[in-house]
Amino acid sequence: MNTEIARNYLREEKFPSVWCPGCGHGVILASILRAIHKIGWSKEKTVMVSGIGCAGRIPGYVDFCTLHTTHGRALAFATGIKFAKPELNVIVVMGDGDAAAIGGNHLIHAARRNIDVTAIVFNNFIYGMTGGQKSPTTPRGFLSTTSPYGNAEPPFDLCKLVKGAGAVFVARGTEYHIPALDTIIYKAFSKRGFSFVEAATMCPTSFGRRNKLTSDAYKNMEWIKSNAVTKSKAEGMSEEELKGKIITGIFADTSRDEFVEYYEKNILKEGECPKNMKLD
Amino acid sequence: MKELVISGNEAIAYGAIRAGCRFFAGYPITPSSEIAEVLSRELPKVCGRFIQIEDEMGSLAAVIGASLTGAKAMTATSGPGFSLMQEHIGFAVMGEVPCVLVNVQRGGPSTGLPTHASQGDVMQARWGTHGDHEIIALSPSSVQECYTLIIEAFNLSEKFRTPVIFLSDEVIAHLRERCIIADEEPTNVVNRRKPNVSIENYKPFDTSFGRVPPLADFGSGYKFHITGLTHDETGFPTNDSEKSATLIKRLRDKIIENRDSIVKTEGFMLEDADTALIVYGSVARAAKEVVLTAREKGIKLGLLRLITIWPFADKEIAALSKKVKKIIIPEMNLGQIKTTVESAVKGGCDVFSLERVDGELITPSNIIEKLKEVGIEY
Repeated sequence: MNTEIARNYLREEKFPSVWCPGCGHGVILASILRAIHKIGWSKEKTVMVSGIGCAGRIPGYVDFCTLHTTHGRALAFATGIKFAKPELNVIVVMGDGDAAAIGGNHLIHAARRNIDVTAIVFNNFIYGMTGGQKSPTTPRGFLSTTSPYGNAEPPFDLCKLVKGAGAVFVARGTEYHIPALDTIIYKAFSKRGFSFVEAATMCPTSFGRRNKLTSDAYKNMEWIKSNAVTKSKAEGMSEEELKGKIITGIFADTSRDEFVEYYEKNILKEGECPKNMKLD
Repeated sequence: MKELVISGNEAIAYGAIRAGCRFFAGYPITPSSEIAEVLSRELPKVCGRFIQIEDEMGSLAAVIGASLTGAKAMTATSGPGFSLMQEHIGFAVMGEVPCVLVNVQRGGPSTGLPTHASQGDVMQARWGTHGDHEIIALSPSSVQECYTLIIEAFNLSEKFRTPVIFLSDEVIAHLRERCIIADEEPTNVVNRRKPNVSIENYKPFDTSFGRVPPLADFGSGYKFHITGLTHDETGFPTNDSEKSATLIKRLRDKIIENRDSIVKTEGFMLEDADTALIVYGSVARAAKEVVLTAREKGIKLGLLRLITIWPFADKEIAALSKKVKKIIIPEMNLGQIKTTVESAVKGGCDVFSLERVDGELITPSNIIEKLKEVGIEY
């Protein structure tokens, strides 16, 4: 049943996908599609925007208005779409390179602006499409093609960053904990304002193989499962105990003025202007 | 109709609104900021939307996003910001998304001379984004022309589904002179062609409707895919070598085959001229004065002004080279247009360059000196 729901939103003729065996991207995509089904957005009024990388290819497989943009800039494109036509439901899918490295500036400003867009980061801790270079979310000490002696840098906590920048909904889930992921993505879509979901996922080919997890999808998932800690459990753990853990749960669920709504009410002067831009 | 004394930057903002622009995204930069300032004030009055975004990459990205929903959209910047926008110029070329970018040129490279005049971005406008592509670039030389030509910029972008670069310069940007502004949208405004096929049959790059396929709006009922990757007529990526070449050649041909309707030049006292100045932008003003004073002295000097910089006025220049003995090109750069002129002239006459890169404008006396230098008795 769940599979059937997701299939209804796919461009099935575009399969097989570019993703490797064992990749978690499809699992998270299915969760997104179930959430869209649950919230009842029409395909015609839904826009999915992506950047570059394995996650960048997602819009090509889904039956909405879809835009595959440049590396890191998906949120800026999405801002233009939502601001110009607020009736559209706008979803941005990004990889960790997109969101945490090259597009970090757009991420914090989309959160600050509180534009009604949902950003979902497929965090597989690596640059998969370019062959396995380290990313800003690669854990310290882990191996990649550009950290052959172990990653010297600490990883980003994207949820803390985005919460600090002002997002009204911030949550983290994983490809292993599917019912929880379904719930948080649905909640993110339901939220008016900038909502953010980080979904931990595995790249057996470029992350797993180099870090003793092999290319076996199950072993990779086991790594996520064993490192995932719920927010409430994490609250009772020390900083040392939390090293390398993936803390899951909802970190922000608040509300404040949404950007486009504010602009329409205060700048366009409600009543004088139509909701959507019409050429006069 | 209103008669105002305004700057070139203000005229661009008013002209854009008259062209139907209802979306602006930009980032402050000298000497273009007045365009953003005026549009932040004027766009809400016509139900348009203004956003100051976090950087220039984001500016053009938001403009492209807005354009895909059907809005006529624009950004404005100067050299450093124009450099940052190059990636998305390529995206708009590849995705065939209409949009207008104003580049008020200032001295470069890098931060250069922020408050001084330059025409140093002419070749960057042509080839700044990577990969083979054609581009349309226009250059105004008066405040009134800022107003009329920005409308033309929107028209061309809508007609050919392509980004149009509006190459202004610091002199025109901050010059204040008389400008007539219409009360309403002019009758010559062009809007992009929309599809009239069924939703199932729509393909965003369907060339059976011509070299410029109709573009649907996001949210209009048509569902389609736009990517910066090489794609086929459906919009989805392809690695097929034949389809790849077909696409890249069509993107070129849709501009080149229509160059006669795109390219605009102004000839001034060329009928009997034996020497011609080729100019564009603010330099045309000093050049015109020189032509007039030269004529008083009986010197057969004329002027060809490039209103369209790209695609290049090669045919017009080739014809001119058959009539005159000497062509002189005064530019506020190190001769960027000169090589292109030479390849159009093909040795038909002598070509000389007058360069100026000190941030000051080219004066009539600079041009007179050059005339003397190349053997014209002034």
